[in-house]
Amino acid sequence: MNDQPARLAEPGLQLFGAASSVATATDTLFVALLLLCGAMALLLAALVVWLCVRYRAGAAVDRSDPPSDAGALETTWIVVPLLVFLGIFAWAARDFLVEQRPPPDALPIHVVGKQWMWKLEHGSGRREINELHVPQGRPVELILASEDAIHSFYLPAFRLKQDAVPGRVTHLWFTATRLGEFRLFCSEFCGSEHAGMVGKVTVMSPAEYARWLDAGPVEPGTVQQGFALYRSSGCSGCHDAGSTVHAPMLQGLYGRRVQLQDGRSVTVDESYLRDSIVLPGRDVVAGFAPIMPSYAGQLDETQLQQLVAYLRAGAPSNPTPEALR
Amino acid sequence: MNTALPNAPTSGSQHPDSMGMWVFIASELLFFGALGVAYAYGRVLWPDGFAAASRHTDVVLGTLNTALLLTSSLCVALAAEAPWPRLASRLLACTVLLGLAFLVVKGIEYRHEWQEGLIPGPAFRLGDGEAAPQGAQLFFAFYFVATGLHALHVVGGMGWLGVLAWGRARGHARAGSGPLAVAGLYWHFVDVVWILLYPSLYLVGRHP
Amino acid sequence: MTTSYLTDGLTLRSWLTTHDHKRIAILYAIAITFFFFVGGAAATLIRLQLASPDGALMGPDSYNKVFTAHGVVMVWLFLIPSIPSVMGNFMLPLMIGARDLALPRINLLSWYLYLFGGAFTLVALFFGGVDTGWTFYTPYATMFSNGYVVLTLVGVFVTGFSSIATGLNFIVTVHTMRAPGMGWFRLPLFVWAIYATSLILVLATPVLAITTVLVVAERLFQVGVFDPAHGGDPLLFQHLFWFYSHPAVYIMVLPAMGVVSEIIPCFARRRIFGYRLMAYAMLAIAGFGFLVWGHHMFVSGQSVAASLVFSLLSFMVAVPSAIKVFNWTATLYKGSIRFDAPMLYALGFVGLFTIGGLTGLFLASLPLDVHLTDTYFVVAHFHYIMVGGAVMAYFGALHFWWPKVTGRMYHELWARIAAVLAFVGFNLTFFPQYLLGVMGMPRRYHAYPPEFQILNLMSSAGAGVLALGYLLPLFYLAWSLRLGDRAGANPWGARGLEWQTASPPPSDNFVHPPEVAAEACDHAPPSPAEVAR
Repeated sequence: MNDQPARLAEPGLQLFGAASSVATATDTLFVALLLLCGAMALLLAALVVWLCVRYRAGAAVDRSDPPSDAGALETTWIVVPLLVFLGIFAWAARDFLVEQRPPPDALPIHVVGKQWMWKLEHGSGRREINELHVPQGRPVELILASEDAIHSFYLPAFRLKQDAVPGRVTHLWFTATRLGEFRLFCSEFCGSEHAGMVGKVTVMSPAEYARWLDAGPVEPGTVQQGFALYRSSGCSGCHDAGSTVHAPMLQGLYGRRVQLQDGRSVTVDESYLRDSIVLPGRDVVAGFAPIMPSYAGQLDETQLQQLVAYLRAGAPSNPTPEALR
Repeated sequence: MNTALPNAPTSGSQHPDSMGMWVFIASELLFFGALGVAYAYGRVLWPDGFAAASRHTDVVLGTLNTALLLTSSLCVALAAEAPWPRLASRLLACTVLLGLAFLVVKGIEYRHEWQEGLIPGPAFRLGDGEAAPQGAQLFFAFYFVATGLHALHVVGGMGWLGVLAWGRARGHARAGSGPLAVAGLYWHFVDVVWILLYPSLYLVGRHP
Repeated sequence: MTTSYLTDGLTLRSWLTTHDHKRIAILYAIAITFFFFVGGAAATLIRLQLASPDGALMGPDSYNKVFTAHGVVMVWLFLIPSIPSVMGNFMLPLMIGARDLALPRINLLSWYLYLFGGAFTLVALFFGGVDTGWTFYTPYATMFSNGYVVLTLVGVFVTGFSSIATGLNFIVTVHTMRAPGMGWFRLPLFVWAIYATSLILVLATPVLAITTVLVVAERLFQVGVFDPAHGGDPLLFQHLFWFYSHPAVYIMVLPAMGVVSEIIPCFARRRIFGYRLMAYAMLAIAGFGFLVWGHHMFVSGQSVAASLVFSLLSFMVAVPSAIKVFNWTATLYKGSIRFDAPMLYALGFVGLFTIGGLTGLFLASLPLDVHLTDTYFVVAHFHYIMVGGAVMAYFGALHFWWPKVTGRMYHELWARIAAVLAFVGFNLTFFPQYLLGVMGMPRRYHAYPPEFQILNLMSSAGAGVLALGYLLPLFYLAWSLRLGDRAGANPWGARGLEWQTASPPPSDNFVHPPEVAAEACDHAPPSPAEVAR
C-alpha cells in the first residue's frame, strides 16, 4: 500500500527530473546540443574578445596583408557546420520517430480540450477534469480532440506536448517512469483563461492505478458508451448486417486499408472514422452512395470519441460485457 | 565630366517603370497564387461539392465576360501600336468601356447569386432545397473573394487606362508609349488572372 | 552654408508631399520611433504583470490584448519597416550613386500606406484591442475572439502594401540606377542585404494579404475556410500564415546583417572577409527562408513526413547564417579596431545573434521542439534575434549614419553607455526566459505557477535596464540636433559613396555624379585628410 503523499516534481531545471521514457532521450539530446552550442559560443566569444584586444587601434602588431578570403577556410566552415547540423537532425529525427509511434498495447485515454478545461476519460469510464491518473511503467496513448479552439496538451516533465485541434484527432503517447505529480499546461493560446487550463498528472503504481479506477463512480466504459451511442444514434439501423440499406460493414474495419470513390485508398484510423461521422460526404468508400446523414452538431467531442473507440474495438454487433471493456 | 546626375537608368536594360510593373506582377502572382492554393485544397477534398456548386454559376455570363475581357486586351494591345495618338486614345476608351461592361455583367451575376441564396453564410443554399454537399459553400466563398478581388483590379486598371486615354488625346508626355506599355502590361495580367479563374470557377463538373 | 535636403523647403507641406527619398526616410523614422515606443509600452506592461505570479496588474483579457498589441505593433509597425524604410530609403540611392530611388512617388505612397495601416491598428487598440496574439490562429480568431480582429487585420493588410511597394522600389532601383562602374559585385553589402530583403517583401507579403482577406471573410460571413464544422481546416490557416511569417523574420534580420557588414569593416579599418560569400549567403537565406515555415507546426497535427522535411530544411538555413558570423569575426583579424558606439552595437549584434541562432538549432531538432515550442524558450529565441539582433543593428545604423543624415555628431560617451546598457539589459531580460522555457513555462500566460517567479522577476528587472538603454539615445540624439558638433562628409573615415558627399547631403545627393573604379568595401587605413571630423 502506498501511503506516501504524492509530491509535485521539484521545480528548477527539470533536466534531471525527467519522468517519461522519452524524456531521457530528449534530455540527452538537449545536453549534447547545449555542450556543443555552448562550446561554439564560448569559442567565438573568446576569439572576438582576443581579436578585439590584439588588433585594437594603436596596438603595435603586424597588420600586413589582411586576407580578404581564404578558399579552404571558407569551404571548411561551410561543410563542417553542414555535416554537424545534418548529424544533429538525424539524431533528433530518430528520437522523434519513437515519440510518434505508440506501441500497440498502449492504454488509450481520451482527452477533450475545451475552453478552459481538460476533460479526460479512461477506458473504464472513469472521468477526470484537469487531472490525469496513469500507471507507472505502462505505455499510455492519449487520443486528443478539441471542442472549440486549438489547445495544446503539455507535460513538461515528460517533455511532450501535442495540439488538440478541432475537427481532427491527434495522439500523444508516453510511458511514465517516475511516481509523483507533474504539471499539465495548455500551451496553445485559446482565450481568456488559457493560463487557467493548468492541471496535473499523477503517476501511480499499476496496482494503485487499478484500485483508483475501481474506486471511482461506476460508469460504463468508453467502448460501452460507444456501443450505446451506436444504437441510440441510429448507426446500427444502416450499418448492421440485417439492414436493407447498402452501408459499409464496420466490424474489424479499424486499421484496414479501404478504396475511396476517387481512386485513392486510405487506412481507417480515428481521424477517418470521426470525419465519416460528422462529414460523411468526404472520402466515401468506393461502391457506396453518399447517402449517410451528418451527425455534426448532434454529438459532442466526448461522444464522438466514445463512438470511435467502439469502432476501434472492432464494433462487435452483439458484444458481451467483456468485449466492451 | 557629365554634371547632370542620372535619374534616368544607367545600368540594366529595362526602364524602371516597366521593371517595376513586372516585379509588381510577381507579387500579384503570389497573392492570387495563395488564394489558388486554398482553392486547390478545397477542390481536392471536396470534388463533388465543388462541381455541384460550380454548376450554379452562370456559364453564359461568365463566357461573355471572358470574351469582353479578351477583346479589351486586344484593344489595349492595338492602342500600344496605334500610329497616331487619337486612335490610341479611342482604343483605350474602348478598353475602359469593355471593362465597364465586364463589371456590369459581373454585377448582374452577383445579383442572381444573391437572389438564389448562394452568398456564403448561414443563409446559404444550393437551390434544390436539400442540404448542400460539403464544399459547396466553400466554393462560393472562393468565387466571391476571387472575382471580387479581380473586379477591384479591373476597376483600378480602368481608372489608369482612362487617365491615359485622356492624356494621350492631349499629347501629354506622361501618356506616351512607355507609360502605355506599362499600363497595358498590367491590363494583360488582369486578363490572365481571369483566364485562370474562368475554368476554375465556371467549368468544374460541366460536361460538354 | 549650402542647402541640404533638410533646408530645401521648410514648410510642413514640402515634407508631406516630398519625393526625396531622404525626406521620406525621415518621415518613416519619426513614425517608426513612435510605434517603437507604443510597442515598448506594451512590453513594459507585460513585464510588470509577469513580475508576480498571480497576475495582479491586469486581468486575463487585458493582458491578452496587451501582448497581442505588443506583437502586432512591434512586428508590422516597427521591425519590418525599420531598417529598410529608414536606412534603406536614405542610403540605397547614395550607396549606388543615384539621385533618388527609381519610383519616388511610389516611395511616398508607401509611407502613406504605412501610416494608414498603422492608424487602423491604433484605432483598433483604442477601441479595446484584439486578443488573438499577433499570430491570429484560427478558429480562435475567426470564431471565438471578442476583439477587433477585422479592424486590426485591415490595418495589417494595408501596411503589407507599404512593404510590397518599398521592396518593389528597391529591386527596380538596384537593377536600373547604379552609377557607371558599379557592378553587382562592387555593391556594398548593405545594398545586397536590402536587395535580398526586397525579394522577400515582394514575394511573401502578398500571401499575408490573402490570409488576412480569408480570415476577415471567415469572421464576417462564416464561409468555412478554416472552420472544421464546415469542412474547413485550422491548419490551412497556419500554413498560409507561416508561409509569410517565416520569411518575414528574414525581412527583419537581413537588413540588420547588412548594417553590421558596413559597420565592422569601417571600424576595423579593413575589408570585409569573404565579400562574395557574404552576398551569396544573404541570397541563400532569402531563398531557403521560404522553405522552412512548417517548423512552427511540429506539434500542430501536421504529418510526421512534413515535420521531418521542415526540420531538415531548417538546419540547412542555419548554414549561411553561421558563415556570416564567421566572416564578421574574421574581419577583425589584422584590423585596427575602434570601439565607437556603432561598433559596440555591431559587436553586440554578433554576440546576441549568435546565441539566438544557436538556440534555433534546438528548436529545429524535432523532439526538443516538442518540449520547447510554445514556451518561453521560443520567446527568448526570437527576441535574441529580433531585439538583440535587429534592434541592436537598427541603433547601430542610427548612430553610424547619424552624422550623414543630420550633419551633427552625437555625444560619444553617452552613446557608448547606452549601447552597453542595452546589451546588458537585454541579456538580463531575455536569458532567464530560456531557462523558463526549459522548465516548461508556456507562453501567453497572464498568471503562472509560483516555481517560475524568480526567473520572471529577474527578467522584469532586466527590462528596466534595457528600457534605459533605449531611452537614453532619445535624449542625446535630440540634443545633438541643436548642440552637437557639425560633422564633415566622412567623420568615420569610411568607404562607400554615401561618405563622398556632404553631411547632410544636398537634395540631389551628389554635386558631381560618382563613377566607381575601386573594389567595394576597400577599407585601407585612411589618410589623415580623409578623416574630416
